[in-house]
Amino acid sequence: MSPTYYLYLSAILFTIGSLGVLLRRNAIVVFMCVELMLNAANLALVTFSRINGDLNGQIMAFFVMVVAAAEVVVGLAIIVSVYRTRRSASVDDASLLKY
Amino acid sequence: MTVASGAFTGTWLLVGIPLFSAAILLIGGRRTNKWGHYLGVAAPIASFVLGVILFFSLIGKGSTGRSIDEHLFSWTPVAGFRANANFLIDPLSICFVLLITGVGSLIHVYSMGYMAHDPERRKFFAYLNLFVAAMLLLVLGDNFVALYFGWEGVGVASYLLIGFWSYKPSAATAAKKAFVVNRIGDFGLSIAIMLMFTTFGSFSFADVKAGAPNASHATMTWIGVLLLLGACGKSAQVPLQSWLGDAMEGPTPVSALIHAATMVTAGVYLIARSNFIFDVSSQARLAVAIVGTVTLVFGAIVGCAKDDIKKALAASTMSQIGYMMLAVGLGPAGYAFGIAHLLTHGFFKAGLFLGAGSVMHGMDDEVDMRRYGGLRKFMPATFITFGLGYLAIIGFPGLAGWFTKDAIIEAAFHKGGTSGAIFGGCALAAAGLTAFYMTRVMIMTFFGEKRWAEGVHPHESPGVMTIPMWILAVGSVGGGYALILSGRLAKFLSVVVPRPADIDFKPIGVIGLATAGVVVLGVVGAWLLYARRPVPAIAPAGGPLTIAARRDLLGDAFNESVFMRPGQYLTRLLVYFDNRGIDGFVNGFAAFVGGTSSRFRRFQTGFVRSYALSMFGGVVLVLATLLLVRG
Repeated sequence: MSPTYYLYLSAILFTIGSLGVLLRRNAIVVFMCVELMLNAANLALVTFSRINGDLNGQIMAFFVMVVAAAEVVVGLAIIVSVYRTRRSASVDDASLLKY
Repeated sequence: MTVASGAFTGTWLLVGIPLFSAAILLIGGRRTNKWGHYLGVAAPIASFVLGVILFFSLIGKGSTGRSIDEHLFSWTPVAGFRANANFLIDPLSICFVLLITGVGSLIHVYSMGYMAHDPERRKFFAYLNLFVAAMLLLVLGDNFVALYFGWEGVGVASYLLIGFWSYKPSAATAAKKAFVVNRIGDFGLSIAIMLMFTTFGSFSFADVKAGAPNASHATMTWIGVLLLLGACGKSAQVPLQSWLGDAMEGPTPVSALIHAATMVTAGVYLIARSNFIFDVSSQARLAVAIVGTVTLVFGAIVGCAKDDIKKALAASTMSQIGYMMLAVGLGPAGYAFGIAHLLTHGFFKAGLFLGAGSVMHGMDDEVDMRRYGGLRKFMPATFITFGLGYLAIIGFPGLAGWFTKDAIIEAAFHKGGTSGAIFGGCALAAAGLTAFYMTRVMIMTFFGEKRWAEGVHPHESPGVMTIPMWILAVGSVGGGYALILSGRLAKFLSVVVPRPADIDFKPIGVIGLATAGVVVLGVVGAWLLYARRPVPAIAPAGGPLTIAARRDLLGDAFNESVFMRPGQYLTRLLVYFDNRGIDGFVNGFAAFVGGTSSRFRRFQTGFVRSYALSMFGGVVLVLATLLLVRG
């Protein structure tokens, strides 16, 4: 099977993720969509690794996973604390930092 | 030029002692209030003693070695620019040293009595000492920069002392006026000094003198005219005369010392000192003589109309300095006479001012002569000393003014030609006017009916005030003999200023008799007008000339309409341009930036997804660009 299909899948997943980030209001869903984008990127990296026949892409994917894990820790904590104070997880409600 | 040795190494002390005393009094502040005036008096006396020692040492030198230079330090040694702090003792400067410290000491002593009840007496003495130090620096410097330093120093001291009673708005204004008018003159002097540096590469009198004959004639004329402008400012000559009358707001000893005897004669000193410049440019010399002639007539006319005793004397000072200017503008024929008149004028005018101060002291600070009258019985010492000064200034035969002023008139006629006749004629006519206005002052003050304000009890001043007046009166009587007879001063000064071959003064000649005639005419005229009939307490309206003369011949009106108002319009125009043009541009630009950014601010919505969208769009843009560029 041609590795190109993995790249198509990765592109589709990334598009879904980014659309989710842009369109959804629930912070948890937005957050999950971010994860989706990260994993789409991971998939692309691993595929490139396969195509090129070296390990660079896979190593990069590991780094992305580490960053994603760290991001989940911080991000979920922020979402929980925002929800506790504002009784809402909508990203549009938390729009105090503006002009 | 000889390098200083012996007593002359102490020349700097002449300046140093009063400067040190002023510093102690100003820094010490109120702590020195109790004894400050004693220190203030001791300082000029110490300088005077030193000056006398130097004078006799100088005389002992013989006529060739009478120019001694003391090098203190190089003030600003920058490449070719070298302004040295050097002191020059020569016959001209020693004459001034003796005048400044001698008359200065007497006036300091007088001030002890005059300012006895002033709470700021210590400060007064500090400023007076500062003045003496600056004036001595002015006459002792061996280069134009040192002279300029002293020149500005006396300007500051004059400003501080005119405005000494600064709680009076009139005094504060007069001080400011004197300072501003002097600035115009000082501007001329500074430009002249710069011109000298570019022309000769040096500031020192000796170098400029050596280079003067080879320099271009036009440059020398410019330097001469600019020096004259400086002299006009300091010596209150037309057209910069307007400040002197107002300067009478200062305490009377200040008027006597600064605005009669010493500082206002600095212009004459400057011209006499720069004689080598005027030797080259006869045009500049003629300008000096013209300024002198105009001023001597101007001052005499103003003096005839003033009812304020001090302002009448101030106008007289202006006129007498005009005589000196005329004399030094005549060239070698007049230098010695100009300086001689300066010295005798220092005596009799200081004496007259101190007399006026004594009268004011006894009359509760009244200055209007229409409120005086009949004071001779109540103030005999003041009357006699003032009277001797009066006789000296009108040129009573044998007294100081007779020798020195007649000599100037004679020298003016001696110049020959139309200009000589005009200068001489004006000087002669002004001698009559001098006799008129001084007789008027004398009669209105000491003779006639009592016209005092109620509750005034005139009394003679204490000895500390009258003794200096007596000494000055002696100088007014004897000064002429000492200086003029057998050309003594002219010979003494010949090291510095050239002298004519014929220096004999012939008092009994045609011109001498003519002068005596106009003087008698002036005295009789004043006697008829002011002694034969009562002096009205309110000044009568008078003709147009009288009214103009009361207003200083419209000098202030002229300055206001020609300089002040256009200046104000110019300022208003500049303010308008500044507000609308420059500020308009700057403010407009700021408003533009502010308005644009507040519009841009609207992009900060606070919605995470719009930020995400802009990031997304940005990434797309970057990627698209990369793809396009890299093909």
